[in-house]
Amino acid sequence: MQALEPGIVFWILAVVILVSGFLVVTLRNMFHCALCLILCLFAVAGIYVLLEAEFLAAAQVLIYVGAVAILIVFTVMLTSDLASESLIQHNENGTIAFVVCALFAIGVPYLIKNTGVWMPAKGELISDNVGSIGKYLMTDFMLPFELVSVLLLAALIGAIVLARKERS
Amino acid sequence: MYYYLALAAALFAIGLFGVLTRRNVIGILMSLELMFNAACINFVTFNKYVATDALVGQMFAIFIVVVAAAEAVVGLAIVLLIYRNWRGIGMDNVNVMKW
Repeated sequence: MQALEPGIVFWILAVVILVSGFLVVTLRNMFHCALCLILCLFAVAGIYVLLEAEFLAAAQVLIYVGAVAILIVFTVMLTSDLASESLIQHNENGTIAFVVCALFAIGVPYLIKNTGVWMPAKGELISDNVGSIGKYLMTDFMLPFELVSVLLLAALIGAIVLARKERS
Repeated sequence: MYYYLALAAALFAIGLFGVLTRRNVIGILMSLELMFNAACINFVTFNKYVATDALVGQMFAIFIVVVAAAEAVVGLAIVLLIYRNWRGIGMDNVNVMKW
């Protein structure tokens, strides 16, 4: 499998993603973890731009950074007395989990490198990103699109029902 | 292409580490978001380099983002509920559903 050397932008984004991702899972202050998560999601949006998925990058910034990360920050602040640095935030599986994940992180790229079965693409990627996605949403992906809207409605109602204060 | 896939694998491993070692439910949810993002990077990479005739990979990634948002909403609502009832969100406090 040929390995095209990516540009300097990719390496900067990769370092940002990996460092901030590592901080997300290791920092003791949950609020700092949430901020590192926002940085990591922004860098992933940059990776999408490099891969010519501009609409997905915009959706990533809007949905993840704008909604999910803010939601996480709110929850961290609402449960602030339990997210402080004084509490133990990790369980006792640290060593074995680190070994397993390190094996995963080394082994999977090794396997990918030694795989030759993927046919390289014949043509270029469709350049009209937003237009094509709109067409797909209204034609081939009509049913998943409608299902997702129902799912979002269910999540909305479910979250309201769960988080509502009980009135006795 | 190899570098993008390796980056996604490393990000997935980091998220897996977080899920396995975190004691805090919010921390586990954040690690899950990292794993979702790793899967999305894989989809978009294959779309760019292997299957360029349609944007199916990007469509899948968009659906993953939407479903992850729904999952985060419900998950965090459950976290708040657990916090109100138990005054704690450690995974080992919440063992009433153990059999």
